[in-house]
Amino acid sequence: MLWPIDLIVLTFVIFCAVAAITVKDLLGTAILFSAYSFLMCLLWAVMGAVDVAFTEASVGAGVSTVFLVAAVFRTSRRTKD
Amino acid sequence: MKFLGFVIVCLTGGLLLYGTMDLPDWGDPASPASTHLSDYYIEHILEETRVPNLVTAVLADYRGYDTMFETAVVFCAGLACFLLLRDFRPKKDRYFRHIPTGVMLHVKNPEIRIIPGNEFEHMDREWVPSDRIIKTVCRILIPFIQIYALYVVAHGDFSPGGGFQGGVIFGSSLILMAISYNLKTLMKRVTEKFLSIFAATGVLIYVGLGVLAMIMGGRFLDYGMLAPLVPWDPGHIRALGMLGVEIGVGIAVMAVMVIIYVNIVSEGRHDEGL
Amino acid sequence: MTELVGLIVAKYNFWLYIILMMIGLYAMIAKNNLMKKLVGMNIFQTAIILFYVSIGYKHGATLPIIQGDHGGHGTHGAVIHAAEYINPLPHVLMLTAIVVSVATFGVAMALCVRVYRRYQTLEEDELRIRLSEK
Repeated sequence: MLWPIDLIVLTFVIFCAVAAITVKDLLGTAILFSAYSFLMCLLWAVMGAVDVAFTEASVGAGVSTVFLVAAVFRTSRRTKD
Repeated sequence: MKFLGFVIVCLTGGLLLYGTMDLPDWGDPASPASTHLSDYYIEHILEETRVPNLVTAVLADYRGYDTMFETAVVFCAGLACFLLLRDFRPKKDRYFRHIPTGVMLHVKNPEIRIIPGNEFEHMDREWVPSDRIIKTVCRILIPFIQIYALYVVAHGDFSPGGGFQGGVIFGSSLILMAISYNLKTLMKRVTEKFLSIFAATGVLIYVGLGVLAMIMGGRFLDYGMLAPLVPWDPGHIRALGMLGVEIGVGIAVMAVMVIIYVNIVSEGRHDEGL
Repeated sequence: MTELVGLIVAKYNFWLYIILMMIGLYAMIAKNNLMKKLVGMNIFQTAIILFYVSIGYKHGATLPIIQGDHGGHGTHGAVIHAAEYINPLPHVLMLTAIVVSVATFGVAMALCVRVYRRYQTLEEDELRIRLSEK
């Protein structure tokens, strides 16, 4: 594998993780978390774990975001931190 | 609390960073994780099971017992969501639209019964005008997503994919239907009874294949013993057994994903949602 | 100096995974909102899964799908070397872990909805006040 791709994607993953837990809007958290999952899936695909990447792309970036958005829809978008 | 948390995190992180010094180098082919058991798997799977995708073979055959209980965990999660949220009391406030005139009715008296049909249409409280573009695109897209999901399940032996992924993709196609139309449309086509039966059937197929192998004289989940059932192709019996198991997993996961989504988005009432 | 560079090249992936893990742990400890805590838990979980999958990686190896002979009629003379394929075992363990994680995430979301329905808040300090009022 190419180490620059690995390093760049890993940096983006860390940025997404920090943004997802600091943004003051839960809907924003949901979307950033989806981006985080998708970048993570990219990282696994680069690493050669195709099955795991496929699962993360469908589960993490798809269904788990939908659950989060559904829960935000039924509760509130407000968050203090 | 924030400061204390930061200190704890820094301490734990420091300890873990110190611990990485003892780990083998990244990507080292001679690391302990890749020298003992995995060598056996890589070298013997093709002759023993005739499945080229090593991950599927280990998942559904060598570690089949493990995967069976993972499926049971997913089933239990669906059950837990149902028990936590399901609410059978009907809502007092209902909203209808008179289709010919477009007038909206807000019904507060539970005694008044309006049957949705050609004249009246059921509506959500937070109703948005349904968009024709979204509906049409999703209606065209959903069958293709479902066929792709079936492809993923069926080709789990040869390419990346399998029961978990296929089931999740199929479930998300149904969730897409609920989002693009409304929840009532989905619950009319895929009823709650249907979903519950499917979730249980998936686990039952998995366990049933294991018990069938026991009845045929083998051990639990020993697919090789099922060979007399498919006399035309006994060589591929392990691959076929894995396919059966993957189908079971796919059905269970599909049903559970839809159950969890529907219960969360409608707070257990199954009437209106996103 | 070359020793240090060698150490960084060999280990920098693990260090970044640990940073990611600690971000998740910090969110679980210090954040006030229950949903944020759950997202932190998921980040922690994904970081551990990433660590596991990276253990199975080998330099110069290919995907864990046996090449050629697609119908699977046994291995006719072609000897399979273990060093040519990535270790499939961590992938198997983590694949099921991801699916179980989404199932538990769904249950956690259901609990959040339930908590909100009863106390009208998801903030931890407000929840503590509501609980002490009872």
